[in-house]
Amino acid sequence: MTIEGERSGALSRRSFLRRAGVVGAAAAVPVGVFASEVATAPERERLETFTATEADTVDAMLGRLIPADGSGPGAIEARVLRYVDRALSGDLADSRPAYSAGIAATNAYARSRFGDDFADLTATQQDTVLDEMERSVATGFSPNSRAFFDLLREHALQGMFGDPVHGGNDDFIGWDLIGFYGVKLEVTAAEQQLDVTVVPAHKSVVDYPMFSGARGRSKGHGRH
Amino acid sequence: MAVTEKGADVVVIGLGASGGTAVLPLAEAGLEVVGLEAGPRYSVRDFPADEIRNDIRNWLGRAKVNSEVPTQRTTPASPTTPAIGASRMMNGVGGTSIHWTAQSWRLMPWNFVERSETISRYGASAIPAGSTLTDWPITYEDLEPHYDKVEYLHGVSGKAGNLNGTIDPAGNVFEGPRAREYPLPPLRRSGFTELMDDAAKSLGWHPFAGPAAIRSQEYDGLGACVYHGFCTWHGCHVNAKASTNLSPIPKAEKAGKLKVVENARATEIVVGSDGRVTGVKYIKGNAEHFQPAKAVLVAGYTYENVRLLLLSRSSAFPNGLSNNHGQVGKHYLAHTRAGANGVIPGRRLNRFSGTGSQWTALDDWDSDFFDHSGLGFIGGGTMAATMEAKPIAAARTTPPSLPRWGSAWKAWLKQNAIAVASTSTQINTTPYESNFIDLDPTTKDPHGIPVARVTQELKPMERAAAQFVGEKCRDWLLAAGAAETWLVAPNAAAIQTHAYGGTRMGDDPDEDVTDRWCFSHEVPNLGILGASNFPTSGGRNPTETVMALAWRTADQLVASWSDRTG
Repeated sequence: MTIEGERSGALSRRSFLRRAGVVGAAAAVPVGVFASEVATAPERERLETFTATEADTVDAMLGRLIPADGSGPGAIEARVLRYVDRALSGDLADSRPAYSAGIAATNAYARSRFGDDFADLTATQQDTVLDEMERSVATGFSPNSRAFFDLLREHALQGMFGDPVHGGNDDFIGWDLIGFYGVKLEVTAAEQQLDVTVVPAHKSVVDYPMFSGARGRSKGHGRH
Repeated sequence: MAVTEKGADVVVIGLGASGGTAVLPLAEAGLEVVGLEAGPRYSVRDFPADEIRNDIRNWLGRAKVNSEVPTQRTTPASPTTPAIGASRMMNGVGGTSIHWTAQSWRLMPWNFVERSETISRYGASAIPAGSTLTDWPITYEDLEPHYDKVEYLHGVSGKAGNLNGTIDPAGNVFEGPRAREYPLPPLRRSGFTELMDDAAKSLGWHPFAGPAAIRSQEYDGLGACVYHGFCTWHGCHVNAKASTNLSPIPKAEKAGKLKVVENARATEIVVGSDGRVTGVKYIKGNAEHFQPAKAVLVAGYTYENVRLLLLSRSSAFPNGLSNNHGQVGKHYLAHTRAGANGVIPGRRLNRFSGTGSQWTALDDWDSDFFDHSGLGFIGGGTMAATMEAKPIAAARTTPPSLPRWGSAWKAWLKQNAIAVASTSTQINTTPYESNFIDLDPTTKDPHGIPVARVTQELKPMERAAAQFVGEKCRDWLLAAGAAETWLVAPNAAAIQTHAYGGTRMGDDPDEDVTDRWCFSHEVPNLGILGASNFPTSGGRNPTETVMALAWRTADQLVASWSDRTG
């Protein structure tokens, strides 16, 4: 794989560098190094909605909203981006224009504030941009930056804590975070007692054949 | 041109909680019934445990309601906007009785006489300015036999607190007298519901296992609850919920008296030259049909009942059917709500499973069970502590002191999400002149038909009541061991599933659309079913009352058949 992958929607060079923990100045890493190491980086599947550049921005924003840190993996690892990307070509298609405009406005604001696109800022700078968006003091958004922040946060919650069948919550990262054990078709009296630790089932709704014929069940979006 | 179908005795528009109930007594009386339902038939395969599909995207509403949600505004001077938040009505054979939480209540006897009892105890000044509060035209005792029928049809689970006047503290000591015990015992108690039971008792309150229209045991060949945790806004995958598509509708079909027409969207109720209704126009596929009938029962949601009447204009009813007194759409009520959340540090509450009707409830702060002198409001609300905290909803339930994102937020969730306890209340809401439904002058559905528009504002009295009971919710959590607590601000979403009024029932044709039997004052062979008849909301869920009223209306139609259809 080469940086050509960016045009086909695969992991961009920028994404690789960020996932590898090198941002900002480290972007000077030679292309040859990137190409030889990409196989070890989490691979982004073919995008259904976003351009690769848009995906980089959104993934970086999600990664600060729900960061990987001492309390465990975050939105990037849970592939919340995949949830948003798929939903915007499906049930949430009405939000597509808001994302196009919001991403462009986020990057424009990031450049005006710190001189680079959002995905290329340091984590601290990214948090500052998000904070200013949440407080609606970031400029250049329509109708305002809080609206786009709230939209993305809402979809971040859906992608982090919703069923993996929709593309996010990969490896049940979101459910493990809040102590939800996964879909069961029956819950016992013992499992409803106080202070009992219910063993994680780590099951998605797709793991139950009785629902496989459900009308409206998305095809080919099974979890990985 | 419309295709004219074979004539029926009765056409029922909507086969949900109300219409799906009414078809059974009609069929049992031998009447030929056609049921028009805007959605399809669903099976258990269509009810996957999936919060995004159901709670977030309301998949079950895609046949109709999702594309024609009413618009809203606070006052006529304020801007009209799309509905805020999810409107989770649905369409399908069984209607919203498929995906309701199934907290199954009878209203309190006081709810039927709020106006007269309030004036008697506190004086006329206790009725808030602008309120159009009125007593119901019937009493609790009038409706009791039909509450009983509904409970025994479905197998409602609960424990009686008042059996013919004998009080049993194991049940709800405040409830109106009931003729017999619930058909099934309460749903399973959980660690959390018992914790809240104990906490309420420590405050001197009277908690009980809340009633559930979910079968705690197999009943009438239908399934029992398995407590899996994806119940509200979901159909039941083991047929344990009281849904009309499981019991009264198939029974009426089996009697050979009910023809169900799926995916049929009613567009107009047709009026004959004598001012009586003659049938219903509907669209199925791309074709328009006309279903003639000797009587029509309108059984959509509150918004759709009002909308269809207003859309059905004729020379006899130029402003909409049964609207020659200008009352259709008036006296609208959006249920007021409040509550509190709290963290009980270090406890694993295990609230992810169960159902929203696996709960502890109490009525110490509802109706007129406490002295309201000087409080600035009448009524109150039932209080609830329930199971079924679904994961996305759980991730939203964080204190306002916490950031809404980032590492601190995430660490809080990891430590506390399993320890969050929630309590809530539904506040008795009264009607006001300035809260109403009409047709939106600009917003239309995909067929080009105007949607309903709701003009609704939370009024000071309801806000005061919600603040008062909301604080009681917080007290309850503190008694259960909560450390940090936070209130859910009083709110009354303009568009919601607890929507009342618009075709208010009453004895005065100048003020009320329907009579004490829920038939139109202006059209003798037109009945209207559902919560659009309610003069007040009560401080609790409406559906069992909706079902009981519908059954009573159907019985009355049978009893007065020749008078109404002659």
